[in-house]
Amino acid sequence: MARFGMVIDTRKCVGCMDCVVACQTENDVPAGYCRDWITTEVRGTFPNLTMEIRSERCNHCDDPPCVSCCPTGASHVEDFGRVVHVTADKCIGCKACLAACPYGARYVHPKGYVDKCTFCTHRVKDGLDPACVSVCPTRCMHFGDLDDPKSQVNKLLASRRWHTLLPEAGTRPRVFYLT
Amino acid sequence: MSAAVEFTSTRHNPGVDPVLAGWTWEIPVYLFVGGAVAGLMIMGGIALLRAARGEQARSFAAWQAPLLGFALLNVGMLALWLDLAHRWYAWRVFLTVQPSAPMSWGSWTLLLVYGVLLASMLVRLPSSWPWLGARLPLLQRASDALTGSPRRLAALGIANVALGVSLGTYTGLLLNTMVARPLWNSAALPLLFLLSGLCAGSALLMLGAWLRGDGAAPSGFVTGGLATLVQPLGETAPPREALGELVRANIGFIVGELVLIGLYVANLATSSASHVQALALLTTGPFAASFWGIDIALGLLLPLAVQALLLAQRSPALLLRWLPLPALLVVAGSFTLRWVMVNAGQMSRLIAAGP
Repeated sequence: MARFGMVIDTRKCVGCMDCVVACQTENDVPAGYCRDWITTEVRGTFPNLTMEIRSERCNHCDDPPCVSCCPTGASHVEDFGRVVHVTADKCIGCKACLAACPYGARYVHPKGYVDKCTFCTHRVKDGLDPACVSVCPTRCMHFGDLDDPKSQVNKLLASRRWHTLLPEAGTRPRVFYLT
Repeated sequence: MSAAVEFTSTRHNPGVDPVLAGWTWEIPVYLFVGGAVAGLMIMGGIALLRAARGEQARSFAAWQAPLLGFALLNVGMLALWLDLAHRWYAWRVFLTVQPSAPMSWGSWTLLLVYGVLLASMLVRLPSSWPWLGARLPLLQRASDALTGSPRRLAALGIANVALGVSLGTYTGLLLNTMVARPLWNSAALPLLFLLSGLCAGSALLMLGAWLRGDGAAPSGFVTGGLATLVQPLGETAPPREALGELVRANIGFIVGELVLIGLYVANLATSSASHVQALALLTTGPFAASFWGIDIALGLLLPLAVQALLLAQRSPALLLRWLPLPALLVVAGSFTLRWVMVNAGQMSRLIAAGP
């Protein structure tokens, strides 16, 4: 069974936000909301500065706190790709998952249920990449099966230095950033 | 010295950015009411156990606590329901049991709480509201069956105490399990909420005892219903000297809560950088005035001093006259604790360790 993950090369990402617009268009994200976004992190003191630009989204954690705190099972891990999903008509909008997510990846949809990135599994089932990956002009984003040793994502993780967001939260995120 | 870090983000989701504000006024109200109901159940349960043993058969707490608890619980449930963004799907909670979700446990616990409070109300309701007892003989028979059997009364008392402790700790546990919010990551929080609930519950009983009249409760449909909340059982009131016992209990709960606040602060202050930064929201940050000023100074220290002084006077009349002051302060402090914890907790976040 596949276990999908994403690898993003921060040395190639220029923060153009094509991924953000593609996601909003593909998933009919309501105006004023976003499922993915760009974070710019600057570290150091002038003139010794480093900058990392990242396309961020739900990390589809292996140990997702949003799933374990959901009182109805609306937040769950799909069999297909072990992707974290929300079933809208099971969600009561209690917002426990919003408080439990260390990444701020969820929001309350204007219709009342909680919404977030789905790794575009509707596209992946058709053999396509997620919308954000497919439009990236610098080809900095890669999507694939982390359980397949021959997948491109695994090859990249084996050959480059990488980090995840807030590993100390213990959620084992599946979006990796190459540095 | 660590390097300076600056983050900029294009994320702009309402209720999430710039800081999480998913829970607004409804959840602090629900947590406060839940805690107060837990306190009322524990005190009422203990009083029922004493009544079953033949002590204090006319105890104010035994008969009043379930009624006050039931009325308050409905307020809390309304607040909880109003908080839901997808509220017409609320019934989904009762179609499943999610063992890892405190909110699932809490939902089922609240159902049990409703059942036990209703059964406890039966002990008192027909006699203080004869209108109902006359029209529903079944209710009268159920009441007689409970009051006539010390064993059943004791079982009801134990159920009240057990569910009160569960409900009181659950309100803290609900927040405590969320690792993403460092302000809530202290094992002292569930116990702190339990003690705060006991403070609020006993303060509400003190207020109820102060409000009640000395005569028999009215028996009309509306007036009788309202009177059940504050009027004593039977034709004469229980002795007002019994209030001293409530005040002593309240003092004990306040001291316990102060100790737990000390443990909670020490716990976060000696933990990771994320926890130290989260604690700063309470100690020096935007919630410092509410936390130190309203919760601790006005809500705990001042009522503690006033009640100790009143007890030292050994005058039941003086005690009764001034009782509303510490009781109202304790209630305000208990609500402020929930309000601060919910809002500051959502604002707290884990700090990235960085490369």
